[in-house]
Amino acid sequence: MQLVSLTSTTIQGEMLGLGDAFLKAILGYAVVFIGLILLMVVIIIVGKIMVASTKRKAAAEEKAAPVETVKAAPEAPKKTAPGSAGECKLYDTDPKVAAMIMAIVADQMGKPLNELRFKSIKEVK
Amino acid sequence: MLESLGKLVQESGFAQILLSEDGWKALAMVLIACGLLYLGIKKQYEPLLMVGIAFGCLLANVSVLGGFENALYHQELWNNFLDSTSEFYHSYGYILSHGGLIDILYIGVKAGIYPCLIFIGIGAMTDFGPLISNPKSLLLGAAAQFGVFFAFFGATLLGFNGNEAASIGIIGGADGPTAILTTTKLAPHLLGPIAVAAYSYMALIPMIQPPIMKALTTEKERSVKMEQLREVTKTEKILFPIVVTIFVVLLLPSTAPLIGCLMFGNLLNETGLTGRLSDVAQNALMNIVTLFLGLSVGATMVGSNFLNLRTIYIVVLGLVAFSFSTIGGLLVGKLMYKLSGGKINPLIGSAGVSAVPMAARVSQREGQKANPSNFLLMHAMGPNVAGVIGSAIAAGFLMSVFGG
Repeated sequence: MQLVSLTSTTIQGEMLGLGDAFLKAILGYAVVFIGLILLMVVIIIVGKIMVASTKRKAAAEEKAAPVETVKAAPEAPKKTAPGSAGECKLYDTDPKVAAMIMAIVADQMGKPLNELRFKSIKEVK
Repeated sequence: MLESLGKLVQESGFAQILLSEDGWKALAMVLIACGLLYLGIKKQYEPLLMVGIAFGCLLANVSVLGGFENALYHQELWNNFLDSTSEFYHSYGYILSHGGLIDILYIGVKAGIYPCLIFIGIGAMTDFGPLISNPKSLLLGAAAQFGVFFAFFGATLLGFNGNEAASIGIIGGADGPTAILTTTKLAPHLLGPIAVAAYSYMALIPMIQPPIMKALTTEKERSVKMEQLREVTKTEKILFPIVVTIFVVLLLPSTAPLIGCLMFGNLLNETGLTGRLSDVAQNALMNIVTLFLGLSVGATMVGSNFLNLRTIYIVVLGLVAFSFSTIGGLLVGKLMYKLSGGKINPLIGSAGVSAVPMAARVSQREGQKANPSNFLLMHAMGPNVAGVIGSAIAAGFLMSVFGG
C-alpha cells in the first residue's frame, strides 16, 4: 500500500494498468456470481430438506388421524359468509386492514367483493 | 471598544469568506449544501439521509470559517490520522482530544461502525421469504452487480487509482451503507461525493430505471404473469441467516461486517423471541445511527476535497454504475425468460440492484403498466434482497483486493 500526500488530503492506493483493471473487474464479477450460485445451491438443498420433512410430518399426521377421529368428535365445518369462496390467510396483517385492502381492490377493479377470491394477504416488510 | 469591535468583525465568518484563502470554497460548499437540502426536503430525495448529509456539509463549511478552534470538523486532523509518516497515524486519541463534535461522530464512520449498525436494522426490516422460495433470484442479484465492475473499470480509465475506482464502482451496488463502508476503508477522501452520488441515484431509481427497462424488454416480456411463490416455513426463515452467514463469510471473510450484521438483524426478526431487540434495531438504533452517519458524512464535503473535476467524474460514473447494474439484471432476466419458456418476467431483473424496496416497486409498476393484472412485487423482492447480499459480496471482494 502506497500513501501519497496530494494537496490537502492523503490519498491511498496505487494506479492500475488498464489490463490489470479489466482482469480485476472480470474476476470480481465472477466471484459475485460464483458466491451467489453456491449460495443458491445451498438454499435449494436446505429448501428441499425442509419440504421433504414437512411432507413427512404431514404424512405421519395423516396416518395418526384415523385413531384420533375415533376418539374425538368430528369438528364442525367453519361457517363462512354467504357467497364466500373460502378463507383468506393473513400474514402479519390485521383483519381490519385486510378488510380494507379487499374493499379497495374490489373498488379499483370495479367488481363486487363476492366475485373475488383472496387467497392470502401478507405485509411486505 | 473599537478595537474589540474590529477584532470581532475580522474573526467573523463573513470576513473570512473574503480574507481567507479557501473562503470562496467554503461559501461554494454552503451553496451546494443548500442545494442538497432543497433536494432532500422539497424533492424528497432520500430525505432521512440527504437532509443530514446536507446539513453536515453546511455546518462543517460554515464553522470552518470561524477558524480552527471553532470548527466542528477538521480535515487536517484526519489527514494526519491517515498519514503513515505522522506521529498521529491511526490515533483516535488525537482526534478525541483535538476534534470538534463532528470529528468525534465521524469516528463511527471511520471505524466502520455506522454502516454495520444500519445493516442490523436493514436485516431486521427485510423479509427474505421471496428469496428463499425462489433461490434463482440470487442469479439476478449477482447479474445486477455488473455496474459495480463496469464503473470500476471506467474510473480506472479516467485516471482514478485502484482504491478510488473500487469505491466509485460500489455506487452501482445501490446500497448506501455498503458504499460508505467501502469508501471509508479504501478512499476516505472521496467519501462526501460518493455518499451524495449513491443516495441521490438511489432516490432517482424511479426515473433512471424505467427507460432502460422499456428499451431492453418487449411488451410481451413485460406482461408475463409469474406463478405464485411457495410458502416458506418459519424454520427455513430462521435457518436462512445462519446458513448465509456461515457460508458467505467462510467464502469471503471480508464480507463479515456487512453480511454478519445484516443476517444478525434478520435473525432477531425471524426468531419470534427477540421482538424487542428487532424493534430497537429497526427503529431507535437505525434512527440514531442515520442521524450520526448523515451529519458526519456530510461534514467530509469540504471545499478542498469536493470542488474539483473528480467530483463531476464521480457523479457521472455513479450514474453509469446504476444504469449498467440495471442493464446487467435485465439481460440475465431476459435469459431466464427464454430458458424458462416465458415463465419469468425479465423486469424483476432490474430489482437486483438492491435499493430495497424502491427497485422492486419500480418492477411492479412497470409490469402493471404492461399488464394491469400483473403483481410482480413479491417476485421482484427476491432479486432485490439478493442484490443486498450481492453488493456486500462485491464490496467484500474489492476491500479484500484493495484493502492492503
